Amino acid sequence: MTVSTSSTRRTGTGGPAPAPAPQPQPRRIGWGQRMSRFDLKVSPYLYISPFFLLFGIFGLAPLLYTAYVALHQWHPIGGKGDFVGLDNFTAVLQQDQFWNAVGNTFSIFLLSTIPQLVVAVFIAAVLDSNLRAGTFWRMGVLLPYIVAPVSVALIFSNLFAEQFGIINTLLGYVGIDPIPWTSDVVPSHIAIATMVNFRWTGYNTLILLAAMQAVPRDLYEAATIDGAGRVRQFFSITVPMLKATITFVVITSTIGGLQIFDEARMFGPGGSGSGRGGPDGQWKTITLYLWEVGWNSANFGRAAAIAWLLFLLILLVGVVNFLLTRRISSQGGDR
Amino acid sequence: MSSIPVIAQTAGPGAARAAGRRSSRRHGSFAGGERRAGKVTYTILAIFVLLSAFPFYWSFLIGSKDNDFVFSGSLNLVPGPNFLDNVRRVLESDINFWGATLNSLVAATSTSVSVVLLSTLAGFSFAKLRFKGRRGLLVSVIATMAVPTQLGIVPLYLVMTKLNLQGNLLAIILPGLVTAFGVFWMTQYLQDALPDELIDAARVDGCNLIRTFWHVAMPAARPAAAMLFLFTFVGSWTNFMWPYVILDRASGTLPVALQGLQSQYYTDYPLILTGALLSVVPLLILFVVAGKQLVAGIMAGAVKG
Repeated sequence: MTVSTSSTRRTGTGGPAPAPAPQPQPRRIGWGQRMSRFDLKVSPYLYISPFFLLFGIFGLAPLLYTAYVALHQWHPIGGKGDFVGLDNFTAVLQQDQFWNAVGNTFSIFLLSTIPQLVVAVFIAAVLDSNLRAGTFWRMGVLLPYIVAPVSVALIFSNLFAEQFGIINTLLGYVGIDPIPWTSDVVPSHIAIATMVNFRWTGYNTLILLAAMQAVPRDLYEAATIDGAGRVRQFFSITVPMLKATITFVVITSTIGGLQIFDEARMFGPGGSGSGRGGPDGQWKTITLYLWEVGWNSANFGRAAAIAWLLFLLILLVGVVNFLLTRRISSQGGDR
Repeated sequence: MSSIPVIAQTAGPGAARAAGRRSSRRHGSFAGGERRAGKVTYTILAIFVLLSAFPFYWSFLIGSKDNDFVFSGSLNLVPGPNFLDNVRRVLESDINFWGATLNSLVAATSTSVSVVLLSTLAGFSFAKLRFKGRRGLLVSVIATMAVPTQLGIVPLYLVMTKLNLQGNLLAIILPGLVTAFGVFWMTQYLQDALPDELIDAARVDGCNLIRTFWHVAMPAARPAAAMLFLFTFVGSWTNFMWPYVILDRASGTLPVALQGLQSQYYTDYPLILTGALLSVVPLLILFVVAGKQLVAGIMAGAVKG
């Protein structure tokens, strides 16, 4: 503070002007005041402008331009072709591959969101007590967050390998036949959902823990006096009080989960079929399909149409999510 | 203060609460939980943390063996002698591992620095300066957080090729120079971490606004800025789709290089898992040094990077 005030006294009045010595004092102050008023008026906009500028150029404009591209034939190198109206959209909607990708995406999304939320709430409840080395446990829970999805996928592809993968080996010990993780639809979805859960459960745990710690403690005291046990308290106090946070977690995982790409792109034994979501597209997601149509089939018009359809889907699911979680958690509150 | 209800609706109560009870956070969290943790609690946590750490150990384990071990289906959890050999193979493979590490470092550092500076600047303006349309503009910033920008990938690719930035690291740096989340985060924080009197004092002393920002707001914002830096760094380091689409082998970041490793040596698990593990090392170091802030940041703001 002291440094700043003493060193800035000069610039406040003069600005960049060299200010020759004989200049009359009152005039200088007048100019400075005018400068200062200008500063107060314009600077606030100036400071927020980088965000709006950059978002406009790299966020909003591409999104809107996507709609334009979607209405044309468009080649990555050849560029814009004929205007085709909604043909790209109808073409996409007629593809079995598209609907397959929609189904896969939802399946993976549900398999990751629901168990993740349940486990996160549970672990958060466990963490919400007088722990020794609390920071250590919290960091331990967060550890997977720093691993890139690509690395997660490489590691879990090994764990889930159909032959000689440790998971199938362990299952073999308890007498379960090897599960075709990389050839059957549902097992592959479980494997990919496991990767998502691995990376995000701890993160969401901490968000929920923060919300839990904000629950007034006298509620629990009152419940204890009324004879409610820990489990009862958890369902009757903690869960209803987490309503808004759960809604938040679900909505953010919707936005992220429906765009899943990395894990689906990398999962599998490598070689033929890998990168396309399996030999028969067993785990091809919408974003993976978008990439494939745009960059492998060199059809940007159609890829743009897929992007818009996915956008609408995310919007729709977001709204449904919002209404649903609100209802479920308010019912919890009535109990 | 009036914006807190808005924030509570859009970002969950964590963020709003972070604005409301920052001072009580540290004490409140531990003093409140009266239940003393028992053996069951520690056992559950230990299992969960061990499961979280297992993939790290597994990568190291496979990386220390050879493919004969992988295809024997053995469950021997004692490391083998080949780890350094596999590290050398990763470094010598033609995925350009050092180059990719450097690219990742440059991209992550430059975006993080820029996000922190530009977000704090905008946050300062939103939180502490009065101007027409402030509220509306802030709401629009929050609204953009819900826009899945990844979906603009096709035109973004067209723009970048037009600018001749294909295969140039700038193609992934430019779109990430500032984020809506960062602006929102810093606005939240500065709203009550920076007293108005401090700004007034600086003004009386003749500071213009940019100097007030630099000498008063920036120091006050330091804890939140550190968290924002970490989130942005991790986000950039782990990002895959856009770099994969726009970069090439020479300019690729680590995830792009790892993809190359898989597509080239797809059954060589010791090599691939060593690569996967090596790519995490820099973030692991960062995590050991600054993981505490990362935890505090997530808990303070209920954020999703």
